Amino acid sequence: MLYRDYKPEVGKEARLKFAVKALAVGVVAGIAMVSGASAQNVKIAFIEGLSGPFGGVGQNQLKHFQYAAERFSGKNANSSVTVEIVPLDSKGSPQEALALLKKATDDGIRFVSQGNGSNVAGVLIDAINKHNERNPGKEVVFLNYAAIDPDFTNSKCSPWHFRFDAGVDMKIEGLTNYMKDQKDIKNVYVIGQNYSFGQQVSKFTADMLAKKRPDIKIVGNELHPLGQVKDFAPYVQKIMAANADTVVTGNWGPDLVLLIRAANAAGFKGNFYTFYAGVIGTPTAIGAAGADRVRMVSYWHPNTAQNEIESVYTGFKQKFNEEFYTVAAVNAVRFLVASVEKAKSTEAVPVARAMAGMKMKGASGEDIEMRASDGALQQAMYIAQWTKAGGKDVKFDQEGTGHGFKTVRYLMPQQNTMPTTCKMPKR
Amino acid sequence: MSVLNGVSYGLLLFMLSAGLTLIFSMMGVLNFAHASFYMLGAYFAYQFSAWSNFWVGLLFAPIVVALLGGLFERFLLRKTHKFGHVPELLVTFGLSFVILEIVQLIWGRTSVDYPIPAAMSGSLFKVFDSTFQTYRGFMMLVAILMLVALYWVIKRTRIGLAIQAALTHPETTEALGHNVPRVFALVFAGGCALAGLAGVIGGNAFITEPGMAQSVGAIIFVVIVVGGMGSLAGALIASILIGLLQTFAVGLDWSFAGAFTTLGLAVTPETFGYPLWKLKLSQVAPILPFLLLVVMLVVRPKGIMGTRDE
Repeated sequence: MLYRDYKPEVGKEARLKFAVKALAVGVVAGIAMVSGASAQNVKIAFIEGLSGPFGGVGQNQLKHFQYAAERFSGKNANSSVTVEIVPLDSKGSPQEALALLKKATDDGIRFVSQGNGSNVAGVLIDAINKHNERNPGKEVVFLNYAAIDPDFTNSKCSPWHFRFDAGVDMKIEGLTNYMKDQKDIKNVYVIGQNYSFGQQVSKFTADMLAKKRPDIKIVGNELHPLGQVKDFAPYVQKIMAANADTVVTGNWGPDLVLLIRAANAAGFKGNFYTFYAGVIGTPTAIGAAGADRVRMVSYWHPNTAQNEIESVYTGFKQKFNEEFYTVAAVNAVRFLVASVEKAKSTEAVPVARAMAGMKMKGASGEDIEMRASDGALQQAMYIAQWTKAGGKDVKFDQEGTGHGFKTVRYLMPQQNTMPTTCKMPKR
Repeated sequence: MSVLNGVSYGLLLFMLSAGLTLIFSMMGVLNFAHASFYMLGAYFAYQFSAWSNFWVGLLFAPIVVALLGGLFERFLLRKTHKFGHVPELLVTFGLSFVILEIVQLIWGRTSVDYPIPAAMSGSLFKVFDSTFQTYRGFMMLVAILMLVALYWVIKRTRIGLAIQAALTHPETTEALGHNVPRVFALVFAGGCALAGLAGVIGGNAFITEPGMAQSVGAIIFVVIVVGGMGSLAGALIASILIGLLQTFAVGLDWSFAGAFTTLGLAVTPETFGYPLWKLKLSQVAPILPFLLLVVMLVVRPKGIMGTRDE
């Protein structure tokens, strides 16, 4: 007999208690069904580093989720499904995140969201796989909004994991396709944070550039500790000594802010190709000094040609006086609400089945799809350039800097489709 | 250029550790909350510069930090002093957590925008292509002024004389009419002011956030142990050494794999232990100071300029 089938004899007293409880639950549920017709409340446990070195980014993204839940669920969205966000501070540590996952499942929360740090996402995916195996009927679904290690949708793919950001492979594919056509690029320096994500960026950039532009020299491939470096001046010295004209970096939060600040202070004149130049605090650091030199690959920015969620952007800015950029938060909430509606259930298994393969309209009016075979959202991509605001290309500036992002290349979802090696188990 | 960057970072470390080593040598108190006073300095400077400008912060933030330090000494540290070193140490340890929580309550858990004054964000001079920021020069200037002033106060003024006397012969000094407990409070407040000043200077050069105390806390202990407990000159040498060590290590791509290849041994990803061999010196730069600490404790436990012979 397997351990999970082992059910010890329940005493009379416990059985009585259980009967009373079951009766009470039945009555309450009955009342709820009669009164609320089919109103459904879904909680998302938002496990994120809300303090510590990356706390600023986490706090800002929590606001994104709260705002998305307000706009895209319940009364405001004309839906019977109301999403509630439960913030849990992991301080950015995988250990703390695991403890919080336990707390969330103990509290009966079935949906978990996290994004900052593929190191944290990796352990959450493992833990959720184990939890779901051991607790049938109490499964948990992971809505990943920003952890973009491509392993999560390839070798480590999970039926319970859905990613709303684009993977490193997809982003670098787009970025290097753009860099391929920039004839002035000669020496590229890759610098990143020393953990799974930074390592993937460095590997994919070197591989793809070698294929697409063999004449480009990778003059440096640097990894530095995550969130520890306060003085980037020596790194910038090294970049300049290597004669680099272009820097590719996956850095985010303070690691990007401090890197760009140090580069500006040292008078570095080369170009930056980034993933996260739009993240809170970074536009201020780039400032006027980075005009026309900083580019970003992303699935959305405020000045896209067709911007279906412009009112969300302006509304968010009005409410919090911070920039809105994590469209993945909006998509996570929209897909969850639609899946709950479709499944007519708030349980994880039917919702996960409904979400797999679901199609919708994206923020630029394009067709987006949650690919069932690997749980990766297929969406459009932009290469955007930091440019002086004004004119029709740059309607919105960022953080009052007078500069904003201008699309220099648009990639349709079908152009970004990446193959997957995932053999998805049954959901 | 790297030398300048290393020295300016080292001098900031010195500003930080000078106060700590001063307090330790004068009072025998190992102040675990020292880095917290550094953080307070940065936050006060941010607040003052938000209200008026950077220069007001530069002047008043260290004074406010000194006052807080003095009050802490007078009402808490002095009371625990009679129970011995361990309670003293624990009370400063506790204080560091209290300060952290208070800072988070007042200014939030995330970083604040404390900018470098516009007048000093330009470049001071150019070496080849890279510019040396004026603010880094200013950092060095303040640190050197502070060093000179400190030396002058201790060696050349009546207060300094009283401090030195109280150190070795507290009872005689008291008999001569000096208020010895007040002298100690003054020393403690002065040490805190130095940490506060370092906060004002370092907070905007790098980043002002609640984690800043923790991130420098470990490294200043390395400085005072390597430099020799209680030795100002030792702290100066150790800080500059560590600043240079970190800066230069980042610039070097040496690795075991490279060394083996030079020796004629082929190292490929299939070689046993490849992840270790391919580690570059630049990647391990942040742990080098701690390695130095361990080596120093083994080879010369009293530090570079240490005077204790135990």
